[in-house]
Amino acid sequence: MADPIALALREQFHSAEQQRETSTVGMWIFLITEVMLFGGLFTAFSVYRMSHPAAFDQGSADMEFWMGAVNTAVLICSSFCMAMAVHSAEKGKNGRLAFFLILTILIGLVFLGIKFTEYYLHYHDQKLPGIVFHDTSPDAAYVQMFFVFYFLMTGLHAFHMIIGEGILGAMLFRTLLGSFSERYHTPVELAGLYWHFVDTVWVFLFAIFYIPGAHMK
Amino acid sequence: MATVTLFEPQSAPAQPRLNYLTEKTGLMSWLFTTDHKRIGLLYVFSITFFFFFGGFFALLMRLHLLLPQGWLFGHETYNKLFTMHGIIMVWFFLIPSIPNTLGNFVLPMMIGAKDLAFPKLNLLSWYIFMLGGMTTLYALVRGGVDTGWTFYTPFSTSYSTSFVITAAVGILIAGFSSILTGLNFIATVHRMRAPGLTWFRLPIFIWSTYATSLILVLATPVLAITLAMIGIERIFQVGIFDPALGGDPVLFQHMFWFYSHPAVYIMVLPAMAVVSEIIPTFSRKPIFGYKAVAFSSMAIAILGFLVWGHHMFVAGESAYAAMTFSFLSYMVAIPSAIKVFNWTATMYRGSVQLDTPMLYAIGFVALFTIGGMTGLFLAALGIDVHVTDTYFVIAHFHYIMVGGTVMAFLGGVHYWWPKISGKMYPEFLAKLSALTVFLGFNLTFFPQFILGYMGMPRRYAAYPPEFQVLNVLSTAGASILGVGYVVPLIYLMWAWKYGESAPDNPWRTTGLEWKTPSPPPKHNFEETPVVTWKAYDFEAQKEELHLG
Ligand SMILES: [Cu+2]
Repeated sequence: MADPIALALREQFHSAEQQRETSTVGMWIFLITEVMLFGGLFTAFSVYRMSHPAAFDQGSADMEFWMGAVNTAVLICSSFCMAMAVHSAEKGKNGRLAFFLILTILIGLVFLGIKFTEYYLHYHDQKLPGIVFHDTSPDAAYVQMFFVFYFLMTGLHAFHMIIGEGILGAMLFRTLLGSFSERYHTPVELAGLYWHFVDTVWVFLFAIFYIPGAHMK
Repeated sequence: MATVTLFEPQSAPAQPRLNYLTEKTGLMSWLFTTDHKRIGLLYVFSITFFFFFGGFFALLMRLHLLLPQGWLFGHETYNKLFTMHGIIMVWFFLIPSIPNTLGNFVLPMMIGAKDLAFPKLNLLSWYIFMLGGMTTLYALVRGGVDTGWTFYTPFSTSYSTSFVITAAVGILIAGFSSILTGLNFIATVHRMRAPGLTWFRLPIFIWSTYATSLILVLATPVLAITLAMIGIERIFQVGIFDPALGGDPVLFQHMFWFYSHPAVYIMVLPAMAVVSEIIPTFSRKPIFGYKAVAFSSMAIAILGFLVWGHHMFVAGESAYAAMTFSFLSYMVAIPSAIKVFNWTATMYRGSVQLDTPMLYAIGFVALFTIGGMTGLFLAALGIDVHVTDTYFVIAHFHYIMVGGTVMAFLGGVHYWWPKISGKMYPEFLAKLSALTVFLGFNLTFFPQFILGYMGMPRRYAAYPPEFQVLNVLSTAGASILGVGYVVPLIYLMWAWKYGESAPDNPWRTTGLEWKTPSPPPKHNFEETPVVTWKAYDFEAQKEELHLG
C-alpha cells in the first residue's frame, strides 16, 4: 500500500504519467508568464537605454563589476548543482539528492549575500533612487533612471531567488522524509526548471547592467 | 470498485443520488472546495456582486447626465464614478465573467475530465481574486480613484491625490488570479482530455477558452509589472513615466495597451465560445466550418497582440507606427467576421428554436457585429482622430463588452442553468427579460454613437444643452437595461429553489456535459467517457437524442 506513486496520485488524474506530464506543462506555462513579467521590464529598460545611452553607460560604470561577474559564476555553479540534484533524483539516489539540494541552497545564499552587499555599497555611494540619490552630472535624471531599473529588476530577481530558496528547502525536507523515489520525483524536476529559469534571468541582467560600462572604470 | 452504485435497480427507493451540491454541505465545504463546479459558483456569486456594484455607478452617472450641467455630483466625484465603474467592470466582472464561472463549470465536463488539472490552484485563484476585489473596494471606501480605468501617467503617478496605489495593487492581485486560471485551463486542455477526444473533436467552446487562456497568461504579467512601476514611481517619486522626472508617459500607454487591447479579447473570446455552443444546439446543426471557427479563435488571440497602438493614434505615435497598427487592426477583423459568417451559416436552413439562450446568442451576433464594424471606423486613422475620446468610443466598446460579453454571459447562464442547478427557469419571463436587455441596451448606447460623432467628449460631468435629448434617451435606456438585469437575478434565484427539475439533457444536444446527470456528481462522470464522434454531430446521436 505504501507505493509512493499511489500515494502521490491526485484524484483528478488517471495515471502517474498523466499527472507528471500535466504538472510539467503547468510549470512551463508558469515560466512563460515569468518571461512576460521580466519582459515588460526589459522592454522599458531597452527603450530608455536607446534614448539615453550615455547616461545609462555612466550608470553602468558605477556597478560593482567584479561582484556581478563573481555572482554570475556563482549562479552557474548553483545551476550545475541543481542539475545534479535532478539527476540524482531520477536515479533514486536520495542521499546524493539531499547533498546537492543543500549545496544549491548554500550557493544561492552566497549569491544573495553578495547581491545585498552590492546594494549596501550603492546605498553608501548615495545611489539609491527615492531614498538617497546624489549625482552631479548633467544627465543625473537618466543616471537615476538607470538605477531605478537596476534596483527594480535585480530586486525582482532576488525576490525570485528567495522564493527559490524556500522551494528548495521544501524539496530537501521532502527528500529527508523519503517522499521521492526513482518513480516519483516530479516536484524536484519542476523546482529545477524554476531554478534554472531564475539563473538564466540573471545572465541577462548581468549583460545589460554590468557589461556596458565595464570599460569606463 | 465504486461503480457498484451504477447497477442499483432504478425502482429501489434508495435515497436520491448525490450530486456536487448535496455531496457535502455547510459553509466550510464551500470555502475549502476544490471541485471546479463549486468554484465556478463561488465566482458566480462574486462577479454578480461586482457587476451590480459597477452597474450602480453607471446608473448614477447616467442620472447625473440627465441635465446638461449635471445635477447630482461634483466634477471630482464624477471622475471617481467613471473610474470605479471602469475598474470594477473590467477587472472584477468582464475578465473573469465567462471563463471563471461558466468556463470553470463546463470546461472539465466538456472534455470528459473529473476536474481541472490543478484543483487547489483553482481555489487559490478564487481567494486571490477576492483579495484583489477587497483591496479595490477598500480603495473605494477610502475615497476612490479619479484617474480613469486606464491610469494614464503622469496624472496617476504625480498629480492625482486619490487612492491610486491601493486600486493598482487590487488589480495587480486580481491579475495573478487570471494568470492561475489561464494556466490551469491550458494544462487541462492539453493533458486532461478524455480518450478519443482529439483536438478537432473538441467543442468550439474549448478552442475559444483555450485562446483566451493564452492571452491571460501572456498579457496579464505585463499589466502586473506596469502597475508595479506606477506604484514605485508614485511612492518614491523616481522617474519612470513622468516626463518631469525624465520618464516617457507614452511608454506607459504602450505597456498598458499591450495588455488592455488583448484584454478585450479576454472578454469577447469566451463570449464567442458560449455563442458557438448555443447556436448549433438551437439550430440542430453542426457548426458551419468547424476548423475555420476554431482557428479564427487562435488568430484573434495572436493578432490581438499586435494592434495595441490603435489606442494611441493621437498620442504621438509615428505615422509609420500608426499606419501599421491601423492595418493590423483591420486584419483582426477578418477572423471575427469569419465567426459571424459561420454562426449565420449555421442557423441557415437549420431548424432554429428561439429558446432564451438562443435569443441571447442572436442578440450577441447582432450587437457584436455593430460593435465590430464601428471598431473598423476607429481603426481608420482619419475617423479615429475625429472621434478619439468621444462617446463614439464609449458606444463602440460597450457594444462589444456589454452587448457582446454580457449578452453571451446571460445566454450561457441560461443555457447551462439546468446543468448547474438541476432546475429549469421560467421560460416566458426569461424571454421577456432577454428582449428587455436587448432593447434597453440599444436605447442606452446607440444614442452615444451619435453623441460621439457630434463631438461629445467622454469623461465630462457636463455637456452642451443641444446634446440633452440623446443623453436623456441614453439614461432612459440604462434604466430599462437595469431592469433587464435584475429580473433574471430574481427568477434564477427563485428557480434554484422552486424551479421544475431539469432533465440531464434539456436541449437534446451533443456536448459531453449533457451526458452526465443534472446536477452532475462530484467527479462529473460515473465512468470516463470514450469519445468517437465529432463535436455537434447531431446525425450520429440522432437515436440517443430522440431527434427527427
Ligand atoms: Cu484595442
